[in-house]
Amino acid sequence: MGQITLHRVTKNFGETEVIRPLDLTIEDGEFVVFVGPSGCGKSTLLRLIAGLEDVTDGRIEIDGQDATGVPPAKRGLAMVFQSYALYPHMSVRKNIAFPMRMAGLDKAEQNRRIENAAAALNLTDYLDRRPGQLSGGQRQRVAIGRAIVREPAAFLFDEPLSNLDAALRVGMRMEISELHTRLKTTMVYVTHDQVEAMTMADKIVVLQHGVIEQVGSPLDLYRNPRNLFVAGFIGSPKMNLLTGEEAERRGAVTMGIRPEHIAASPTEGAWRGTVGVSEHLGSDTFFHVHLEGRNEPVTVRAGGEVSMHHGDTIHLTPDERRIHRFDAQGLRIQ
Amino acid sequence: MATKASRSAARVMIAPSVILLLGWMLIPLALTLYFSVLRYNLLMPGANPFIGVENYTYFLTDPAFRDAIVNTLLLVGGVLTVTVLGGIGLAILLDQPMWGQGIVRILVIAPFFVMPTVSALVWKNMFMNPVNGLFAHMATAIGLQPFDFFAVAPLASIIGIVSWQWLPFATLILLTAMQSLDSEQLEAAEMDGAGPLARFRHIMLPHMARAITVVILIQTIFLLSIFAEILVTTNGGPGTASTNLTFLVYAESLLRFDVGTGSAGGVVAIVLANIVAIFLMRMIGKNLDT
Repeated sequence: MGQITLHRVTKNFGETEVIRPLDLTIEDGEFVVFVGPSGCGKSTLLRLIAGLEDVTDGRIEIDGQDATGVPPAKRGLAMVFQSYALYPHMSVRKNIAFPMRMAGLDKAEQNRRIENAAAALNLTDYLDRRPGQLSGGQRQRVAIGRAIVREPAAFLFDEPLSNLDAALRVGMRMEISELHTRLKTTMVYVTHDQVEAMTMADKIVVLQHGVIEQVGSPLDLYRNPRNLFVAGFIGSPKMNLLTGEEAERRGAVTMGIRPEHIAASPTEGAWRGTVGVSEHLGSDTFFHVHLEGRNEPVTVRAGGEVSMHHGDTIHLTPDERRIHRFDAQGLRIQ
Repeated sequence: MATKASRSAARVMIAPSVILLLGWMLIPLALTLYFSVLRYNLLMPGANPFIGVENYTYFLTDPAFRDAIVNTLLLVGGVLTVTVLGGIGLAILLDQPMWGQGIVRILVIAPFFVMPTVSALVWKNMFMNPVNGLFAHMATAIGLQPFDFFAVAPLASIIGIVSWQWLPFATLILLTAMQSLDSEQLEAAEMDGAGPLARFRHIMLPHMARAITVVILIQTIFLLSIFAEILVTTNGGPGTASTNLTFLVYAESLLRFDVGTGSAGGVVAIVLANIVAIFLMRMIGKNLDT
């Protein structure tokens, strides 16, 4: 069990409002990702759930029980920190055993759980090493192991992959996703990387300035961003946001069109421009196109082996059905 | 430093400082060794004949020697205990966020900047004096007999004074160690169900182990040679109750003008200091490895 409900939760640091009154329900077994730019309050929100910070106002419920004033250890949650926060003077085995030792579990049960966790995380050969002798990915797995053995109601991850290199990050992303399918435990995951959010989440919570901008499944956010912020934040490369005549013609103040929903052609199309920077990735090519009479370049995704170069003339045609329209307040027009 | 030429050039260039340092160390040592085998008393000028180990026999069989050894060890052990335990406590307190933190930290460190003679005199005359001292006033104010510190408990009083001087050093080193502790580790331990005591025992103390080792090593070096505090307070007395090895060497050579026995005492002190150093390195040196 691991249902977490936040009712009108607020957090102030002195005069600064970090979390404005906020309601959120995290269902049992869900993989929820808090995503947003740095300083949006996503880590604070996670720490409020963990109990490492006190809420200024509002109520936190875990499995229907009021947990607002409950100390962190009693909430039945386990957390994986950004720096892993392993205990450097203890071996991997002792690190993993620490929460069970604190809970006073008997030795046999401790060993059983350590062996299970080590087997699941490929740590069996490293149990007697110190954290200092492990690579970044192994330390990450030890931190996860220390969380698993507590058999928590929910896992909390605070940007766990940001200290890993790009290749490891992709691997660990998969491992965490697999762990979730296997354990079916609630997971709350904080990241600033929207790719992590899109690939792992059942439900994404987009935050900005302590306010939830939108909650929904990855594809839901991709297809129907509720406002300009979400539209610009979700998706890589970013959605093109155009104002002016083009937008007004479609009855909006701002129109958005994703790079992958624009067709590029050397000969004919709705808009004409010149190719600026082009990024060849092999599978895809991204052109930054300078349209006539526009300062901001428009990003376009073309097939992998399109040969167009800097300075060439290019014609673009947006897919009219995939255009997002936003009003003066930045809200989506249905 | 890869080529032969640059290596020999390097050797030539560091030679002056190596020779200077060696001379600085070896000449006094050689002279002390030389004096220690002579009958050499400033009150009896004239010939200084070679007498072999007689000075050593005299120094080692002196009843004051055994007292001095015991006092030296008690002094070092006592001050180390007080400063390490007190230092850990103060470091934890000072690490808490509080108003006026900067000023409080400077105040805590202040005793370290007071010269040993001055602080010993201040303690002797203003605090521990059985007639005018602050402690005597406090005792009489509540109707108790004033305690004559230097007559009744001379060594303990000196331990108190020296601890007061060295507590700031221990606090400073341990405080920086505390501050380098990753707060996420403490939070992780808190999430893992460790209470304040368990966090101290399992996270903070192991984290500070290396700093504690450094404090013990450095302080031992200085505490073996405590001298000024004894000279200005008790003069080693009553009897030999507060004489340590350093003070005994001083008494031999400069109160009894027996340079030969004094030198022999100096050599004994060097040997003892090295024995203590070896034991210390064995016992806690492994903390410095990892």
